[in-house]
This record gives sequence, structure tokens and C-alpha cells, in this order.
Amino acid sequence: MELSVENLGVARGGIAILEGVSFRLRAGEALVLRGPNGAGKTTLLRTVAGLQPPQAGHISLDRDAMAYAGHADGLKSSLTVAENLRFWAEVFGTSDISSVLTAYDLLPLADRRAGNLSAGQKRRLGLARMLVTGRAVWVMDEPTVSLDTTATALFAAAVKRHLDAGGMALLATHIDLGLPQATTLDVGPFRAKQPALDDFDEVFL
Amino acid sequence: MIALLRRDLALAVRAGGGFGLGLAFFLIVVTLVPFGVGPDGGLLARIAPGVLWVGALLACLLSLDRIFALDWEDGSLDLLATAPLPLEGLVSIKALAHWIVTGLPLVLAAPFFGVLLSLPLEGYVPLTLSLALGTPALSVIGTFGAALTVGIKRGGLLLSLLVLPLYMPTLIFGADMARRGAEGFDWSTPGFLLAGITCGVIALLPFASAAVLRVNLR
Repeated sequence: MELSVENLGVARGGIAILEGVSFRLRAGEALVLRGPNGAGKTTLLRTVAGLQPPQAGHISLDRDAMAYAGHADGLKSSLTVAENLRFWAEVFGTSDISSVLTAYDLLPLADRRAGNLSAGQKRRLGLARMLVTGRAVWVMDEPTVSLDTTATALFAAAVKRHLDAGGMALLATHIDLGLPQATTLDVGPFRAKQPALDDFDEVFL
Repeated sequence: MIALLRRDLALAVRAGGGFGLGLAFFLIVVTLVPFGVGPDGGLLARIAPGVLWVGALLACLLSLDRIFALDWEDGSLDLLATAPLPLEGLVSIKALAHWIVTGLPLVLAAPFFGVLLSLPLEGYVPLTLSLALGTPALSVIGTFGAALTVGIKRGGLLLSLLVLPLYMPTLIFGADMARRGAEGFDWSTPGFLLAGITCGVIALLPFASAAVLRVNLR
């Protein structure tokens, strides 16, 4: 399996942000997106994950191959850790959550309500969700926010196992995860040139 | 899809889930009306079907903005949109969960609340039947409104304004069916029209809701 993105253009709020983005990911490879705040990393990831249509260009894999994790973890505070995870496992049609709980050291917290977890524990639970999706391409936006060094190592190990099993990962992060398979892509050079507004557009701005 | 329904129902009955909010509001309306209009049994019996229907509709309206807002805030709506579940299925399940949590309790409670408004004896069957036929349409139309306003902070007012005109046909035929029943007339014609509206919105609106949700998630 291979994810190839060709000449992709993305927009946010009707304004083009990136254009001409091309990269290629083979099975077992990871790509780390870099760039300053507002450079368009999140928009690019959301487009690749299929949450918004591209302005231009082509993404080779269907959205059904992607598992997306955004800034928010999508946890329900009144459900327990195990219930949150089991829900996503059922939605994605997988069943094994105990090994996933172990992978992120969540087993002692399994019966705790998600609302009572610390920020780092919530993030770990959010990342554990990726393991139950059973999908090939992980598309993750700032996955290491609020993780301590131990949890970051757990996350890096989980990504490494995923890559070793033939998966792919597309990450926007500024932390070096120590992945030998990872290449880095700076989105800065792909910044879209602002097209001149015509009169019709100006009316709405 | 069953997993989503189970989760929504579990969330509704847990602390802060909003189960019983609509029912409590319905009870408040129905108990306050006799105090407001005075102890005239004949007058109460005459307005009972209309009051019960308006009360049920407003109770339904009260909980609409929660359908997508909570999932939007904690990010799970984005994650559900990338899940294997089609968005049309997602909005249908959301509407079903809303009906089970809000509409079904109203249907079951309406006969007891009818007593408070001295509803005539022959009016109970058509009243319950009209609510059973009409409240699913309220939930499905409400889900469409909630999909339109998802992501707007405090979108409740806009949601109510958008949804109210769409509720009119259901209210007119539902209340007419209950009123004719209470007065001892044949109530089959408004009943069929009400059932037709409900079947129509269940068949068509999930596609519209999924389409606007897709646009709003961009």
C-alpha cells in the first residue's frame, strides 16, 4: 500500500493556505510535518483525512484507510476509560481493548471516569483510540501535547510498532520521536500566494 | 450503529445527560396551564389537546441543541465523521436516540398529563396515538436543524427559529387529530396526514442533515 499526495491545495475558511503539496508514503514509513503556527498543518491533515475536500490535487488513498486524531480527544467525561475505548472499538469493528490499554499504561485507570483523568492521561486515552481503529494510515495532529517523557516514549513505541506492521503515519509534531523511518516535510515553502480578491468576494469580507 | 445508539442512551441517563429535561418541562407547562386559565373544566377540556401538543413540541425543542453540540465540543463529531459509519446513518441514529430520550417519555406520559387538563375519556387514544406518530418527525426535523447550526456558539435561538416553521404541519395535524378525538369525531384523516409527514421526513431529511453536517465540518 502506498499513500501518494500530488499537487494538493488546501483552503481554510475559503482562503487558500497551501498549494502544490506533494509527498509519498510507502508502507512502514512516517512523515513528520513541520512549520510555524498557522502554516496550514492542521488543514492539510484534515484534508488528507477526508474531513474537507481538497481545492486541487489528488490523494491516492480513500478516507477509509485513514484514522484521524485531532487536537481534541473526543472523550465522553461521564463514561469510563474502558467504555470510551470500547465504543470506538465497536464503531471500527475491532474487539480487543485490553492490549491497547496495556500499550498506553491505562489498565489501572480502566474503570475511572474520563472526566476525572489528568490532561496527559486523557491524551493517552485519545491516542489509544488509534490502536483500535485497525486502519493503515494514522493522521495525527500534535499527538504529544501534554504528554510527559514516559508517555511520549510509549507513543513513539506504539507508532514504531504500527510502522513495523506495515502501517503509515502522518504526524504534525515538533518533538523528535526518534523514528528511523521518519522523514520531515516543512510546509513553509508550499504557502499559497494570496489571490487578488475580486469585488464580489470583498463584499463578504 | 448500535454502538452509537447505546453510547448516546448511556450518556443521556448519566449525570448531566439531560434525560428527563423535556419531560419535566412538559409537566411544568401542563400543571401551570390550569392555574393560568382558571378552574373551568369545560374550557380546559376544550383546550387540552392543543395545550398538550404545544407542550410536547416545546419540550422537544428544548433539547435539540444538545444533539450535535456536545459531540462537536469534545471533538468526537470529527472522529465519527472519519469512522466507517456513513453520515446519513449517524444522523438517523442521533435522531432515534433523541426520540427515545425525549419523544417516547412524552408519548407515555401524555395520558397521565391529560387527566390534569380534564381531557374527555374518548380523547386519550387519539392523543397518545397522535403523539406517537408525530414526535418522531419532531426529532428528525430537529436533528436537521441541529446539523445546520452545529459549531455556532449559543446556536439555540437560531435553531428554534429555523425549526419552528418546519414543525408547523406536524403540530397542525397532530393537534387536529387529538382535538377531533376528544370531541368524538372521526380522526383518521389528520392521522393519515400526520403519519405521511413523519414517514416523509424520516425518508428524506437524513440525507439533507448529512449534507449540511459535511459542509459544517469543513
